[in-house]
Amino acid sequence: MSVLKVHDLRGGYGPVRVLHGLSFEVNAGEIVVILGANGSGKTTTLRAVSGMLNATGSVLLHGEEVLGRSPERIARSRVAHVPQGRGTFPELTVEENLRVGAYSRSDSAIADDIDRWFGVFPRLKERRHQQAGSMSGGEQQMLAVSRALMMNPELLLLDEPSLGLAPLVTQELFEQLGTLNRTTSISMLVVEQNANLALKIAQRGYVLEAGLIVASGTAAELKSNDEVRKAYLGMA
Amino acid sequence: MTLFLQQLMNGIGNGVVYASVALALVLIYRTTGILNFAQGEMALFSTYITWKLTDAGLGIIAAIAVSTLIAFVFGAIIERVLIRPVEHASPFVILIVTIGMFLAISSITVTIFGDDEKQLPSAFSERAWSVADVSVTLEFVGLVVVLAAECLLLWLLLQRTKLGLGLRAVASNPESARLVGISSGTMLMFGWAIAAALGAIGGAVYVPTTPALTAGSMQAVLVYALAAATLGGFDSPLGAVVGGLIVGVAEALAIQYVEPLHDITLVVPFILIGAVLLFKPTGLFGRRIVERV
Ligand SMILES: Nc1ncnc2c1ncn2[C@@H]1O[C@H](COP(=O)(O)OP(=O)(O)O)[C@@H](O)[C@H]1O
Ligand SMILES: [Mg+2]
Repeated sequence: MSVLKVHDLRGGYGPVRVLHGLSFEVNAGEIVVILGANGSGKTTTLRAVSGMLNATGSVLLHGEEVLGRSPERIARSRVAHVPQGRGTFPELTVEENLRVGAYSRSDSAIADDIDRWFGVFPRLKERRHQQAGSMSGGEQQMLAVSRALMMNPELLLLDEPSLGLAPLVTQELFEQLGTLNRTTSISMLVVEQNANLALKIAQRGYVLEAGLIVASGTAAELKSNDEVRKAYLGMA
Repeated sequence: MTLFLQQLMNGIGNGVVYASVALALVLIYRTTGILNFAQGEMALFSTYITWKLTDAGLGIIAAIAVSTLIAFVFGAIIERVLIRPVEHASPFVILIVTIGMFLAISSITVTIFGDDEKQLPSAFSERAWSVADVSVTLEFVGLVVVLAAECLLLWLLLQRTKLGLGLRAVASNPESARLVGISSGTMLMFGWAIAAALGAIGGAVYVPTTPALTAGSMQAVLVYALAAATLGGFDSPLGAVVGGLIVGVAEALAIQYVEPLHDITLVVPFILIGAVLLFKPTGLFGRRIVERV
């Protein structure tokens, strides 16, 4: 059963068409990566899925059509979106950012969950009373991911989590995401330019070029695909 | 010395009024990025409602409570009907809308209530004490206590409640707020509702300290509040309060000690606004957030 099934997705900004009919899916428990160069439409795709962009086609969450719903409503269906550039709340403290992540929840496990993600990202715990905007890029990315996880999501959308991070920090982050995927049932859709790391944790992937899916397959297939190797893995 | 203390007290009394209006301006500015030029007129309208209710025989405290409630609802309606359609318009369009609201509410007030002077009873009895030769009225103490409590409650609301967390999240990053499921529209509606309610309380305790309730009662106050918010920093609630007190005291002392300003005290806030914009555009408490990549 697919958590997310996107069919013939088209959309853009005003008269500018960016997505020309994408179809892809994320199955329960999977990490799926969408690879694409700068400007290929990765961010636009995620924005369409989370309701931030007018689009046509079909976006099914657990078989239910959500295209046309407001972002806040889609978020309440347990879709967490970590936008490009992290999207933290810079004036709020680290802990407040996490509490905002749990805003739509009414269960009693919120405090426990905050401790849980502090356990996974100890640096956030050290800075719990610090303003989010004053932290380093890597710390903010961890905060953005933790805040998304505070939503108790079934589907996590990650927009270029490696952007602007030092290689070591990126590696650590991807390892955490891989571990999370193994230890929880959270499905993830990651869009990335950094194919090396993304294909390491993903089970399947798609390649996006100018708003069209031009290749797809398992992570292993994509890694051995000549085009992908040339364009995204920096290999001849 | 006695004269100085007396003026200082007058300054503080006016200062808390400016602070409360500035606080409402900052609340709206922080959540919507809009400078609400109609804040003073909204408060004026509510104050007329308070007067009308007392005129109809209601006690002043009950009248304030009812008009505050009405203001809360009207504030929400104003956001929904007038502000939301232009939310994403250019700042220039929004400016026109709030100035339009200023003029509209102003003339609606005159049309409904007339332009003659009204006497709004005070919420406090006419007691006074003499402290070090200065007469301290219960009216003054009440004004300061009510508006200080108003500031404190607002602070608690913003810092200690879930609604406040949502309001601050929307103010900080509206897009991310929607992505975690916070309905920014609802939050903005609350922001306007609260600002309008603050105005109703502020107007009702301030006007009885002036000679009469007239259509122009809040206009000077708005100018002073703008100066206070500019001085404190438009994104800082604490700045609004401190700014309000500074402006109030500066005004009172200028009246007393700077002879040429006697009849044109309204230049004081303008001088302050000019000086702040010139030397420290973020205001005393306004933060430019440090952002590292
Ligand atoms: N807000 C916008 N308005 C107009 N065009 C945009 C906007 N955002 C992105 N685009 C255009 O859409 C295309 C895809 O952008 P984007 O989805 O951000 O790509 P990616 O995330 O893969 O780098 C680009 O050509 C970009 O110039
Ligand atoms: Mg992008």
